[in-house]
Amino acid sequence: MTSRRDFLKGAAGGLAVAGGALLVPRWAMAEDRFAIPAPSLASGNIEASTLESLPGKKPLIKRTFRAPNYETPTEYFNEVFTPNDAFFVRWHLSYIPEDITAENWRLKIGGDSVNAPFEVTLDNLKKDYEHVEIAAVCQCSGNRRGLSQPHVAGVEWGYGAMGNARWKGVRLKDVLNKAGVKKEALEVILNGADAGVVEKTPDFIKSLPMWKALDENTILAFEMNGEPLPHLNGFPVRLVVPGWTATYWVKKIIDINVSSKPADGFWMRKAYRIPMNKFPEMARFTSQEVAGEGNTPITEMVVNSLITNVKDGQRFKLGETVEVKGVAWDSGKGINLVEVSTDGGNTWNAADLGKDYGNFSFRQWSFRFKPKSRGKYAVLAKASNRAGSTQVFELIWNPAGYHNNVVQKIDVHVA
Amino acid sequence: MQKILFVALSVLSLSAWADESKIHLKDGPGKDIVATKCAICHSTDMIQINSPFLDHKGWEALVAKMVNVMGAPITPEETPVVVDYLTKNYGK
Repeated sequence: MTSRRDFLKGAAGGLAVAGGALLVPRWAMAEDRFAIPAPSLASGNIEASTLESLPGKKPLIKRTFRAPNYETPTEYFNEVFTPNDAFFVRWHLSYIPEDITAENWRLKIGGDSVNAPFEVTLDNLKKDYEHVEIAAVCQCSGNRRGLSQPHVAGVEWGYGAMGNARWKGVRLKDVLNKAGVKKEALEVILNGADAGVVEKTPDFIKSLPMWKALDENTILAFEMNGEPLPHLNGFPVRLVVPGWTATYWVKKIIDINVSSKPADGFWMRKAYRIPMNKFPEMARFTSQEVAGEGNTPITEMVVNSLITNVKDGQRFKLGETVEVKGVAWDSGKGINLVEVSTDGGNTWNAADLGKDYGNFSFRQWSFRFKPKSRGKYAVLAKASNRAGSTQVFELIWNPAGYHNNVVQKIDVHVA
Repeated sequence: MQKILFVALSVLSLSAWADESKIHLKDGPGKDIVATKCAICHSTDMIQINSPFLDHKGWEALVAKMVNVMGAPITPEETPVVVDYLTKNYGK
């Protein structure tokens, strides 16, 4: 029996021979408009990535046991806020001290560009500064790295090296201002309590330009979704840098240095770099740029979205309404549009947007449609932000596998 | 050295719940170096998840980074053995 699809393919072929494909009405082409390759993780990655439990965590997708790198399964993104016990875990270095308590933790603020270095306890931090709370997406720079084609080396993340939470803490700028920032201050250098196993391993030290460190949204957070931070998410205090990738969100932070010179460690100077000009819309961290090197530090997150409730290949019955739901996020300009296509990208409709929790949060969206006939429906979702930025249809490949915001395409089958 | 020992102890408590003994590396010359030296700093599933898409040159560059930047205590004599093992068993 000839299916409708085969028949149409034949008809299109015939017409093309007769006079050109342009004569075929768009509805009859029935082909996906965009050649988005099916996302595929490397086979060794799929085999090794089992669901594993960490203390205080639900089973997560284990990429590496040590340093612990565990990814959140997609189903948890059906909620706007990612539960603490399902929030992804990402560490570079294997020594993660377990003996830091709310009582013995200290944070030192110093450097050559403060007037009065000082030290705070958790109690000081909570009592002496104004509390603020912000909903913000924490996403690893390398989220979706494992989907890069060709594959690139690193922690081979799928879709879940991210999470959205309500972060409560105090503004970094309030703490810095107490120390008195000198006018020659250039960068704020941040260090957590983690360390390498051998002495020679570069300590994971990050920096921010002054303008971002002093941004009112950059906070030292001691609460996550109304609870103390989980140990593996940075207890007792981590930096929260809304809009920027999680590499800057230093966990178990213990040292802050305001410096007149750029940070020069491996994790700033060599790692977390993107090719200059490949992502021209992103904020620049110019004091870390070196002329002639052709790269710049990764900073903000690109506009992105994820389908969370329907899986590729899922089957529906004819007559059933299909609801596609997901989340969208960006660098903090704010998501103002999510479009869904059910015909491979030929036509698009605006999805309903969920409650607005602020520009740095996940924005939920949903779209319902009732398939009129049996067959395959290629479903795509594409988010845009208030600055007019949107997702790409083709990966902007880069050696470290950052900024993968290729529009997702999933097939649903109606029978 | 003291620091290595101290850290190894704290890593042990981590292994108690995250059971990396489940990892089985493929057999072959060089496996013992990988299983002892690479595993000082990280579990060897890091190798598995990065397979099989690196060629000899790719693994060579990664091992060089581990030695020169991260301080992996792999000797110049061991380096080609490790690179060959990774290429043969986890290369494309």
